[in-house]
Amino acid sequence: MNAERHVGDVGVLLGRERNVVAMEERIVIVGAGQAGGELAAGLRKQGYKGRVLLLGDEAHPPYQRPPLSKGFLQGKVALTDLYLKPLATYERFDIELKSGTRVEAIDRAAREVSLGDGSRLAYDKLVLATGGRARPLSLPGLEGARLENLFSVRSISDIEAMRGRFVPGNHLVIVGGGYVGLEVAAVAVQLGLRVTLLEAAPRLLSRVTGPEVSSFIEKLHRERGVELRLSCEVRSLELDEARRQVRGVGFACHGVPERLEADLVLVGIGLIPNTELASAAGLAVDNGIVVDEYACTADPNILAIGDCANQPSAYTGGRIRLESVPNAIEHARVAAATLMGKREPSSAIPWFWSDQYGLKLQMVGLSTGYEQCVTRSSAEGKEFSAFYLKDRRVIAADVIGRPAEFMAARRLVSSRAEVDAARLGDVAVPLASIAA
Amino acid sequence: MAKVTFIEASGKQHEVTAQEGQSVMQVAMDNLVPGIVAECGGFANCATCHGYVDDAWLKKIPPPDAAEEGMIECAFHVQPNSRLTCQIKVTPALDGLVVRLPVSQTGE
Repeated sequence: MNAERHVGDVGVLLGRERNVVAMEERIVIVGAGQAGGELAAGLRKQGYKGRVLLLGDEAHPPYQRPPLSKGFLQGKVALTDLYLKPLATYERFDIELKSGTRVEAIDRAAREVSLGDGSRLAYDKLVLATGGRARPLSLPGLEGARLENLFSVRSISDIEAMRGRFVPGNHLVIVGGGYVGLEVAAVAVQLGLRVTLLEAAPRLLSRVTGPEVSSFIEKLHRERGVELRLSCEVRSLELDEARRQVRGVGFACHGVPERLEADLVLVGIGLIPNTELASAAGLAVDNGIVVDEYACTADPNILAIGDCANQPSAYTGGRIRLESVPNAIEHARVAAATLMGKREPSSAIPWFWSDQYGLKLQMVGLSTGYEQCVTRSSAEGKEFSAFYLKDRRVIAADVIGRPAEFMAARRLVSSRAEVDAARLGDVAVPLASIAA
Repeated sequence: MAKVTFIEASGKQHEVTAQEGQSVMQVAMDNLVPGIVAECGGFANCATCHGYVDDAWLKKIPPPDAAEEGMIECAFHVQPNSRLTCQIKVTPALDGLVVRLPVSQTGE
């Protein structure tokens, strides 16, 4: 149903029952991250006339997370530059942003959420944009310890807590060779820290990219002084007597036990979607809150978007939960359409980016199930692209240091056109001509 | 402070006030102008803040660097006056700037 018409219907109803207080439809968005903020703005862009409440448990308005492990950690991006929009914008467009507000439970029957301060808030439509939290190291003996030099990267406060220890000469041990670990490693060695990175798999970025790109990234970091230890399993953290500081990390590489002294430890081993509110309310959860192609849960009044949602994907043909800004924005667009009474499923192709040592890493598509990897590299080896082929079609690409080639790669992946692998691998052939 | 007018692909106009030093992309985001998606948040990774800048204004803006130029070449609905709006900083000389937006960012 069209939301404006819905408001109109209420008006007609109220005309008959004059003693009823006029009611406006309310959309309550739980989670003021990129997805939640984008949805609130998107509703207003589309002319939504009802109330929009955006609830976030942090003290900040919606902000960009990607710079946290890059420019913000490095001190090159100011706090307010992280904010996606200034506070005045929310006021001007009548978006009721409630920071520092935690939602404790959903009462689906009453269509209310209960908040951290004990109050309750009614909704007509509820959107869960709860994101995720950093996966903690699970080690025996750590229970109950509050460690001052053990960090993860998820929020502004994580970086603010960590920055004071980013002092030249300090030894940083990073657990996890994914994007977060590698981005922090890059910043840290550039700031003069000693960095050792421990990765459980035999290669870096093993869950998201092929071995060719892993090798390129590995070389990039080693050349700049990051010590990389692969096939490494963390077994223990050695704490000081007060159990407030980590002093060392015990691990085993290829099964051989070792230990390292550490001034600070960063854990970047993935994200746990925040699905507890949904589960407690009886909504389906399976690696994320289960939604249909319109971002709707089984409850017609509850939607879920972004990192926390498990959605059907037109690109893979299956279900998918994506942790990325482009997905948060796209999923918010789908939800805004749904809430405006339109049905606009997403046909977007997943894409991601990273930035290490000023070099752009841009990735499009998902390489799972590829049959052949075709690479292109400049003679100096400073740039690198990898194309993942299945049935002679490019299903995904990783492009490093060649933004124009990335744009062409996006076209190749979205067009699903057949390509000639020999031409694709020939750096003398412009990629745009292969895409054409 | 400078006035910037965004014209959506549908023809709908948005005249907004920009702060000096902001990127043209950020001006659009702050004012909820539809037609600029800005997926990467201003780091020249995606070309979803693509806009057309009239020739008279183009002369008052530093030319694109090689990376921006390359990305624009391979973007959708490119014209000779295509730019990434995240790479254009608002200066007093840009008071009155008009930026038209491509149909590719309307979400259709």
